[in-house]
Amino acid sequence: MATTFMSTTLGQAAVAIDIKGLYAAYQRQPVLENINLQFPAGKWTAIVGPNGAGKSTLFHVLTGSMKPLRGSVQAFDQPISTHRKAGHIAYMAQREAIEWDFPVSVWETVMGGRYGHMRNDPLWRRLLPSRWYDRRHAEAVREALQAVDMLGLAERPIGALSGGQKKRVLLARALAQQASILLLDEPLAGVDPPSERLILDVLARERLAGRTVIMVTHDMPGARRHVDHVVLINRFIRGVGSPDEMLSDAKLAELAVSSIEQSAHDAQVAEASSFTAAQG
Amino acid sequence: MAELMEALGLFGDALVSGLIAALMVIVNLLPGSISDAFQYAFMQRALLTSVLVGAICGILSCYVVLKRWSLLGDAISHAVLPGVAIAYLLGWPFFIGAFITGALTSVGIGAIERHTRIKSDAAMGLMFTGAFALGIVLISKIASSTHLMHILFGNVLGVQQSALLLTLVASVIALLVVWLAYRPLLLYAFDPQQAQALGFNTSVIHYGLILLLTLTIVASLETVGIILVVAMLITPGATAHLLTDRFKTMMLISVGVGVSSAVIGLWLSVVLDVASGGTIVLVATSWFFIALLFSPKHGLLLRQWRRWRMG
Repeated sequence: MATTFMSTTLGQAAVAIDIKGLYAAYQRQPVLENINLQFPAGKWTAIVGPNGAGKSTLFHVLTGSMKPLRGSVQAFDQPISTHRKAGHIAYMAQREAIEWDFPVSVWETVMGGRYGHMRNDPLWRRLLPSRWYDRRHAEAVREALQAVDMLGLAERPIGALSGGQKKRVLLARALAQQASILLLDEPLAGVDPPSERLILDVLARERLAGRTVIMVTHDMPGARRHVDHVVLINRFIRGVGSPDEMLSDAKLAELAVSSIEQSAHDAQVAEASSFTAAQG
Repeated sequence: MAELMEALGLFGDALVSGLIAALMVIVNLLPGSISDAFQYAFMQRALLTSVLVGAICGILSCYVVLKRWSLLGDAISHAVLPGVAIAYLLGWPFFIGAFITGALTSVGIGAIERHTRIKSDAAMGLMFTGAFALGIVLISKIASSTHLMHILFGNVLGVQQSALLLTLVASVIALLVVWLAYRPLLLYAFDPQQAQALGFNTSVIHYGLILLLTLTIVASLETVGIILVVAMLITPGATAHLLTDRFKTMMLISVGVGVSSAVIGLWLSVVLDVASGGTIVLVATSWFFIALLFSPKHGLLLRQWRRWRMG
């Protein structure tokens, strides 16, 4: 099992996120094992793997909603939580993770991306009615909505949007944060072709502006031309390299096989343990 | 220390008298056939309590409905019973005991959910029925059945000054917290993972909201009782959710529904000489069905009308 360090393939680029010896599990079911990964700063990396490979779990660890069993995660040589608190890490959730019936408008949703920065404003100001206070953050929200071509729908309730529009609102919320690291969970899933093109363009611009873009995806013909690096993952790191190397048919077939072997191996282990349990 | 408490007590009494006087100004604008019922001191206390309970339940109701915490609210309200009994045994004010067992139960539910394979609905069901059963057993040993009835179904006409003060304090705390932590609470209710990614301490927000819910339930006990308090935590928010797509508007409507149900229900219960807690909840339920039928956006009638026009 090749657990390649990205730095070995990528030369001297500065490291945005550094994951060392990470293990994570759901209810004692291992999901990620021995993950060592360095995401270079200012680059666009895609994390690719089959369903249930632990991609989203990796993001849950990075956003702090899941505690790893073992291992450390640093961002720019500091614990990642420090950067979360400073608002340096923006996260775009999957569409299904959100309650679209919630009574908020597009504008208010995107303003949510500013909430981290608002903690730096003095308390008395934050307690003003949002009509006055929000102005200080309105410019970032407007820019973000403009970037995803949703400014015209700013006052819409989020429940009244189409699937592609919902994705764009979630992306705008991440953009409004003006963070140095963008984590995107399946930004292209279930999106119509025009929206996909728009999202890829926006992300390409963010990368040019020096931001680190990390996205999870399980199929990526459209993204292939844009990304700098691809990480193949299926519980373990299965490969790290350029899109052409990693997304070759042979490599992807290997990834699919590894997931079949994995489940066969799991079944064997389960059988063996139930056998010993029966013996004892 | 004792002097301080006394001064606070005096301040509270003065505040209550002031608020009652303000309410009576409004009540006296109404026709005599309605305002006559409110000439007695106990009715005035009941009125102020109802207004406060309607308001804080209305506020909390928005979070309960949007976070799908209805069953949790039901669980906490039932779990309060053994606390009332224990406080009675130890000679404490009832709300301290109620608050402790309510909070303990909600923490217990969270712990079972997180550390075992039991799912949350089962965890809630078993914890609150267990606590409620303990409460019934304790109370059957120490108090009369009228006492139990008052706890279970509320007795707003018999509200004492101390309980009214507690409700006032709880209302002020709830209002302050929702105002000061408006954005973290909103973000947590809407998208907890985003709140986490922005570095908010979501366990503090989570348990803070649960404590606030417990406080609201304890403060509403005298008015609608343990069994029906959860209605005041669901119905106003659900009604408001049918009427608007803005969170702040939802909160205003929800408070309106809560307060109007409590006041109209109180008055109706006196005029008709029926149980006040039940009447208050029935008025709230009526509001809900009116909204369900006539809401401009999410109501059934207009939706049918539009469908008929289209088809």
